[in-house]
Amino acid sequence: MSKARATIYGWLLLGPAFVLLAAFTHWPAIATLYHSFHSTARRNRPSVYVGVDNYQGMIDDPVFWQALINNFWYAVGTIPVSVALAMLMALWVNEKLAGRTWLRLAYFTPTVLPMIAVANIWLFFYTPDYGLFDQIRGLFGLRATNWLGEPGTVLGCLIVMTIWKEAGFFMIFYLAALQSMPPNLAEAAAIEGCGRWTFFRRVTFPLLMPTTLFVLINAIIGAFRMVDHVVALTAGGPNNASMLLLVMIYDVAFRYWDVAYAATLTVVLLAILGTVALIQFVVLEKRIHYR
Amino acid sequence: MSDVVVENLARHWGPTKALDGVSFKVEAGSFAVLLGPSGCGKSTLLRLIAGLETPTGGSIRIAGKDVTGLPPAKRGIAMVFQSYALFPHLSVAQNICFGLEVRHVDAAERKRRLERAAELLGLTKLLDRKPSQLSGGQQQRVALGRAIVAQAPVCLMDEPLSNLDAQLRHEMRLEIRELQRRLSMTMIYVTHDQVEAMTMADQVVLLRDGRIEQDAAPDELYANPATIFAARFIGTPPMNVVDLDDAGHIAETQGGAGALGVRPEDIVVVPHETPGAIQARVESIEYLGADTLIAARKGAGRLVARVPGKAKIEAGAAIGLAWTQEAQHIFDNRTGRRVADPPA
Repeated sequence: MSKARATIYGWLLLGPAFVLLAAFTHWPAIATLYHSFHSTARRNRPSVYVGVDNYQGMIDDPVFWQALINNFWYAVGTIPVSVALAMLMALWVNEKLAGRTWLRLAYFTPTVLPMIAVANIWLFFYTPDYGLFDQIRGLFGLRATNWLGEPGTVLGCLIVMTIWKEAGFFMIFYLAALQSMPPNLAEAAAIEGCGRWTFFRRVTFPLLMPTTLFVLINAIIGAFRMVDHVVALTAGGPNNASMLLLVMIYDVAFRYWDVAYAATLTVVLLAILGTVALIQFVVLEKRIHYR
Repeated sequence: MSDVVVENLARHWGPTKALDGVSFKVEAGSFAVLLGPSGCGKSTLLRLIAGLETPTGGSIRIAGKDVTGLPPAKRGIAMVFQSYALFPHLSVAQNICFGLEVRHVDAAERKRRLERAAELLGLTKLLDRKPSQLSGGQQQRVALGRAIVAQAPVCLMDEPLSNLDAQLRHEMRLEIRELQRRLSMTMIYVTHDQVEAMTMADQVVLLRDGRIEQDAAPDELYANPATIFAARFIGTPPMNVVDLDDAGHIAETQGGAGALGVRPEDIVVVPHETPGAIQARVESIEYLGADTLIAARKGAGRLVARVPGKAKIEAGAAIGLAWTQEAQHIFDNRTGRRVADPPA
């Protein structure tokens, strides 16, 4: 085959993936960056270059800061707990116990359910007076609480629900990693007199690190991508107490039609996620053993 | 120095008897091989001795102490696994010292033992490598190193050489035997390879279907196989075993009360029609270099003779086969057991 032909073949093979990536990832990203430096077009005012005006407006916007801080606490509240729970559950259902298939299925169910259904289940749990939590509290004579209506409790409610949903999903990855671990590693350790905890600390945990990195990145991206549950449960309220970045972008873009400001917020979100992923890969990569 | 005594050991899974009524003794400092075809229960037996499985009956004593109910770590054993079971994220040195760290052996002593083992096994330059950066033979040495530094009086090995190529297997065979002698460990070694058993063992425990077929030294096993199975399992090529008719001659059809066994190297090829010789027809000839294997048919039986050098015989030729009275082994076909040698 001549060199020119090989080049053509190469581009043809690359083509479909390249077109899709460019059309739906690269171009929108560049367009977003472009829009963030321009004003939003209105009926008789076309879009013009405004420099960093959008960014200045964002810094002056208290809702943005509130969403960013909420998102930070949301990530801190959900990620460590759900990842740790996922690992614990995986270790447990990896044991030889009766009915473990059902147990695994039970843990995975929250992930299978549609997000709106999940939101509705939890909406019932959190309902004042006759919701599940208040009924249980009622048994102990505690007064009714408007869980989702109080700025002090609403973010916590979202965190609890997210942990419930994510832990089972992450468990599957840990379970797969545990299953691929040769059983005679544990036997070799048992002959040396290695206890369960020591074996976990010295062998299982380090060998799970690639999975942990993968799960962590997914968890962080997930924490900043959370929108559907918030829309279904609280729409960001009360008083922006459950406002997260992506919910805010959705509001700005599709309720207020301020495309330029939404683009600005999106650039910030992308920058945060890109930085986090980079740090994780650079810092953790060195300490991880890949098989 | 510890001896290992297994008494009436059994491991049943429901109606399946992986091991049943197994008893034997391994003297302190000796090398015992558990030999048998796959599925005979030899690995199960080793895992029972290690404490990785629980027996359904019988007892195991190590150095006079009943260890049947003890966890593996309390039995005074080290073990080398078929797949080596190295920790992939730890370096060679960390792998070798893992057990010592777990047992809280102090750092100076750990270092001393590691250096000695590394020198013994030629691993000194590889101590910082990860298992994935080692060849199969080097990984095998690391697994051996882990067993050595434990300084356990009894060492168990589960087909440790089966993942190595033929050349390396030969070298490691000699090396393991040498190590066992030097460190005067009691070794229990599982293999399905009769050559490994013959070359390394002081004592061979031949297993079949969860029972002991014969427990003897290699030369005894070779010279006086207790059963037809043992006769056919040992030797390359194995012993010829042919059915005998009621008159004590090689039967014309399959089946008969008795069977006759004779080793290929004990058969002498003589001219056809030689008085007293078995008259047979050559079926195939296999030239091996140092010697030639001649397969000949007599009645329902097929006899292989091993003759030195290159034999000048064609397939289809009529030949005579002869052997001495002492080379003959007589078995009972119904029980499969050896019939007591006639008094000389």
